[in-house]
Amino acid sequence: MKVLLNGEWIQLPEHIINVSDVLKHYDIHQRHVVVEINGEILTKLEHQNTRLADKDRIEIVHFVGGG
Amino acid sequence: MNNRYSRQELFLPIGKDGQERISNKHVLIIGAGALGSGCAEALVRAGIGQLTIVDRDYVEWSNLQRQQLYSEDDAKNRIPKAIAAKNRLLAINSSVVIEAIIADASVVELEDWVKKVDLIIDATDNFETRMILNDVSQKYSVPWIYGACVGSYGISYTIIPEKTPCLSCLVETVPLGGLTCDTAGIISPAVNMVVSYQISEALKILVGDLDSLRNKLVSFDLWKNQYSAIQVDKLKKEDCPSCGNERTYPYLSFENQTKTVVLCGRDSVQIRPSLPTIRDLEALEKVFAKQEGTVLRNPFLISYNVEPHRLVVFKDGRVLVHGTKDISEAKALYHRYLG
Repeated sequence: MKVLLNGEWIQLPEHIINVSDVLKHYDIHQRHVVVEINGEILTKLEHQNTRLADKDRIEIVHFVGGG
Repeated sequence: MNNRYSRQELFLPIGKDGQERISNKHVLIIGAGALGSGCAEALVRAGIGQLTIVDRDYVEWSNLQRQQLYSEDDAKNRIPKAIAAKNRLLAINSSVVIEAIIADASVVELEDWVKKVDLIIDATDNFETRMILNDVSQKYSVPWIYGACVGSYGISYTIIPEKTPCLSCLVETVPLGGLTCDTAGIISPAVNMVVSYQISEALKILVGDLDSLRNKLVSFDLWKNQYSAIQVDKLKKEDCPSCGNERTYPYLSFENQTKTVVLCGRDSVQIRPSLPTIRDLEALEKVFAKQEGTVLRNPFLISYNVEPHRLVVFKDGRVLVHGTKDISEAKALYHRYLG
């Protein structure tokens, strides 16, 4: 499926079904992230069972420490 | 009177009234690295009344690429960042009252400093300090502005007690690992962008225009050309131990404090004595002089170079062990040279 990820259209591989798959795909599943799908923010528990659909708008913000 | 603030007063949301308010405010900046330098300069130029800037480190050559307040002389002489920052800031605006503190921002210190200020700006390089800062902000109801950057990426969020989620709501536990300045480096535009986000929000708070606050978690990547701003109100937790209904302020308790930290991007470990200490630097210089290696002392610290390590001892008892990221190795060196 094709999704708008942080403002860019991306073609996701077929095996990606839900939000946690995307986080694994980008190797950020172990980081602290905030995810928003189509304007709706998800709690961490919802990452596992929120399925993605074609043309979803996904925003992923990860926390960093440097300064 | 000169007209140094005229352009800022012409900006309608600030105006003469806003300028007057800014000039009566006191801001605390934790950290005088890249973000701290940028934020401090912006606030001082904007005519803040009083600024307290805290840093535990001193200037090194690798700082000069992005830490805008510092010069080659500061790096050559290993001037503590708080002092070098104050000197430069006073040259920029002599009417601002600037307090420079060379110290580690931990619980006792933060609880003391926060009582005097209207706003805290986060310019730290680690989550350990931020979680303490977050608890202190909630306990004393002082807003703070989170900012961080690594590589070409940056992030910021404004935390208003009783209103927005706090950092604990957003991250739940102290984030460990992940990218640091060690692994990913940092470019100055990322720093400046975060500084711009932090200072825009700071000015809104200082003039009292809270309705104009961004109210979103913002992040960007200047190299990948990405930008995102997320409304995170839904993540505010009623049972948050830092800002919820039954607060325990977990990060203010002694057990949650570490006494050693690996410094971001520095190949260094800081060791902090569990009880407050004052080091006699002059006496220490004599001790080091008898050993192999080279010693350099200035009024604030003593630097002892013994290849491949370097130990820097501050007056308040803290020691930076350079040349290692290994805490136990650092502790070993600490005990070897300082008893």
